[in-house]
Amino acid sequence: MLRVEKLKVGGLPPLSFEVAEAECMSIEGPSGSGKTRLLRAIADLDDAPGYVFLDGAERREMPAPQWRRQVRYFAAEPGWWAATAREHFPATADPERLGRLLDSVGIERSLLDQPIGQLSTGERLRMALVRGLIDEPRVLLLDEPTGALDQQSRALVDELIKFQLLAGRVVLLVSHDPTEVERLAHQRLQLGETGRRTGSRSQPVVNGSAI
Amino acid sequence: MNYVTLSWLDLAAAAVLIVFNGVLSWTLRLGLERSIAIAALRMLVQLGAIGFVLKFIFDQSSPFVTAAFALVMVGVAGHEVLARQETRIGGWTAYGIGAGTLFCVGLVATIYCVTVIIGPQPWYDPRYLLPILGMILGNALTGVSLVLNAVTQAARRERAAIEGRLALGESRFEATSGVVVHAVKTGMMPILNAMAATGLVTLPGMMTGQILAGVDPVEAAKYQIMIMFVISAATALGVMLAALGGAWLITDGRHRLRLEALQLV
Repeated sequence: MLRVEKLKVGGLPPLSFEVAEAECMSIEGPSGSGKTRLLRAIADLDDAPGYVFLDGAERREMPAPQWRRQVRYFAAEPGWWAATAREHFPATADPERLGRLLDSVGIERSLLDQPIGQLSTGERLRMALVRGLIDEPRVLLLDEPTGALDQQSRALVDELIKFQLLAGRVVLLVSHDPTEVERLAHQRLQLGETGRRTGSRSQPVVNGSAI
Repeated sequence: MNYVTLSWLDLAAAAVLIVFNGVLSWTLRLGLERSIAIAALRMLVQLGAIGFVLKFIFDQSSPFVTAAFALVMVGVAGHEVLARQETRIGGWTAYGIGAGTLFCVGLVATIYCVTVIIGPQPWYDPRYLLPILGMILGNALTGVSLVLNAVTQAARRERAAIEGRLALGESRFEATSGVVVHAVKTGMMPILNAMAATGLVTLPGMMTGQILAGVDPVEAAKYQIMIMFVISAATALGVMLAALGGAWLITDGRHRLRLEALQLV
């Protein structure tokens, strides 16, 4: 259970909400309304007053790296620091699991050893998703995970997110695609231009038999 | 040792050359005569003053006066580190990293040099200690400024990569390790080049000075070799300390990248 209490992000009023295991909350609002800043604050990448609890433990109770191993921010434009994608994965990563994840988002396994610059924007975005999922974080903060993807890849990534929900992950999703939000989100957080929050609970869409 | 001392008249004869430069600039309308005059005057006053100050310190040969002057040198060098940054970084932390690094490196290398290697009597004889500290600080200063500049510039450029690593749960030093390694290489470049090119392209200033002062060229070369080892070791140490200091400066205790704290964004 991820619980956010009176979290103060940028010019927004303090935010409080809860997202349970296997639940997805979408965060919507126009550009500049603070969606990315909210996700970054939850991952403790930006300083923000207020509280974020994961199963009752507040983020400041543990070293930040330990928090981020469980509460993972996926950037809309992921950064790379080594020559090939493979060098970004921990050496201890299970090759079998890595292969399965790559297959699930439709990435050729051989792309792992290509220079990272030769991957397309969409391939890099999906590669970063796989990288972030390999060590099984419990909370996924997804910042436009399908923003730069074509229809087919988008469907694959949505399936992967559903599968993560089935595995009991907490998902916070920033997306500009209404149908994606419709398919995945159990609750929606609206960040208006005035920063007014209009939360609502919609029908759960994911169920055990979906995949 | 014997050398020809310069009279005041000799200096005036040399100054005629710079006056000639000024006249040339004026007749050709280069507009440089004001800059030439100011630079020449500054050089004259600064070098003249330091000559008298050093003479006073050498006459005293007091460890306290020597230490006080050494501290002033470190303080000015620390200020110079910040002045040489492409992007202004300010604040006492940044100054402390520059000056603190130079202080540690200058202290260790200079004391090692005068006690273990040269061994004058007494060991704090300012005639040895201060010029050696000056050479160490001058070179370490170049390295440290380059390193801090490289760290802050790379952090701006590679912000997404560093934050990507932080988001995966790496610590502030793991996430900036690529930047730090690159910065250390940049900082070491001038001293490595200087060692490789010395004697072929240029004669180092100290060796030239000793030769003019009547020292046997082989003896002068030995001194120069010794000082090269000392300053490159000191620079390497300073560069590494400054790179880690830089990584510490651009991040915070919660392992976040804090470029806005440096007004780097």
